[in-house]
Amino acid sequence: MAIVIIGAGQAAGQAAASLRQEGSDEEIIILGDEPHIPYSRPLLSKEYLAGHESARLYLRAEKFYTDKNVTMRTNTRAEKIDTAAKTVTIEGGEVIEYSNLLIATGSRARILNIKGSDLGGIFYLRTLDDVDAIKDAMAPGKKVVIVGGGYIGLEVASVAQTNGMDVTVLEAADRILQRVTTPEMSAFYDNLHTSRGVKVLTNTGVSGFEGEGTVTHVCCGDASIEADMVIVGIGIIANTELASEAGIECDNGITVDERCRTSAEHVYAAGDCANHPNPILGRRLRLESVPNAADQARVVAANIMGKDKTYAAVPWFWSDQYDLKLQMVGFSADGDTQVVRGDKSENKFSVLYLKDGALVAVDAVNCPADFMGGKALYGKKLNQDGLSNPDIPLKDLVLSE
Amino acid sequence: MTKITFVKHDGEKFEVDAENGTSVMNAAVDNLVPGIDADCGGECACATCHVYVDETWFPKTGGTNDAEEAIMSLNPDRQETSRLCCQVPVTDEMEGLVVRLPEFQF
Repeated sequence: MAIVIIGAGQAAGQAAASLRQEGSDEEIIILGDEPHIPYSRPLLSKEYLAGHESARLYLRAEKFYTDKNVTMRTNTRAEKIDTAAKTVTIEGGEVIEYSNLLIATGSRARILNIKGSDLGGIFYLRTLDDVDAIKDAMAPGKKVVIVGGGYIGLEVASVAQTNGMDVTVLEAADRILQRVTTPEMSAFYDNLHTSRGVKVLTNTGVSGFEGEGTVTHVCCGDASIEADMVIVGIGIIANTELASEAGIECDNGITVDERCRTSAEHVYAAGDCANHPNPILGRRLRLESVPNAADQARVVAANIMGKDKTYAAVPWFWSDQYDLKLQMVGFSADGDTQVVRGDKSENKFSVLYLKDGALVAVDAVNCPADFMGGKALYGKKLNQDGLSNPDIPLKDLVLSE
Repeated sequence: MTKITFVKHDGEKFEVDAENGTSVMNAAVDNLVPGIDADCGGECACATCHVYVDETWFPKTGGTNDAEEAIMSLNPDRQETSRLCCQVPVTDEMEGLVVRLPEFQF
């Protein structure tokens, strides 16, 4: 018997580490379908794609897993979970028994299935191997068309533009970042990319691709855009099939409770694939974020060790584009009022979002102090006089209850 | 390999062998030093790898950079020798480095 973890991403690596920190000496088996040990996925579309290898990509050195009696089985796809027999069957038919199971299967890139979408030169960005292929194909002067104006698409656009490529971003909605931020922030980022020379086309859905073997044109209705390569970033899909086929409850992700327990005994889920309750936000959600994956993994490890820990964290995110670091706390859509602090034209400002006077989200551009303030002061009522003055620290504006 | 000692707020010590070319944060994470969350993976985006560098060592770490300064400015536990240890590279000169951990990461 062993503690089995399906998936070898951030949640898996953290869960193994936390189990050892919590004192577990049981064997841990990590089953990952990629050829790699757990690595930092956020770096892929940022530093790693840009070729800055200052930060280490692998979360822990390979030696960590052998030293800590964690069996890392890469290139190993789990095919079936049997919650009654408490087993996982892997590709090839081997059956592994578990004492406790963590489903940390993450998510996969949403694939376009339209005319010409199987041509060469069309890339998705989700895994390390994906990015290695993209890096090989990128070269100054080449035309790259990016389908999707979300964070992945825009991070790639900034790297490609900085590398001297001819960059076009196509967004089907009427603004980039439409799913994740306000019209004001969308306009700021649209302007940022446009000012650097990226062509940003909104209200532009892709109808197909043309080329002989390799893509040469992207079709958008009647229009056709030349492309040497295409990178598609149109969102991700939670990997819930293994769980749902095992009869585990799923609803926009694998349904878990505040202890990250699924509907099956001794089966937990964490990370992108887990739909969880957030007591601070007062609702269920599924998050595509590293801090969420790591925090949930810590909760799972504690609960496996009988420590009764619940998950309650304010979500936070970050995105690097050009020399701008965007750090976000909470969800701007939760606010009823917004206040801008700082100077947008200097690329150094934050937007605070309040609901009934209480802070519910912060978008901080090159303003890490406001990001940290947002994490610390989430839910606190703030004095709105002075809020727009970036020289007054947020903590000095907290109103006593 | 370079020897680094992490001292928890309760005095418990963790002596680890760190690989040159990685960061002090990597050394902590690889050796299960509790209290270094390092959620962002070393991008200086999250401030969850805050340490206090032993005073005699602080100058040798090169001092804080602008990104660290900004992100730590609101931290109530900030001290004069605070660093985000993802920004401290492991080199031969660090042999014997001692860092203390705050009770909580922000």
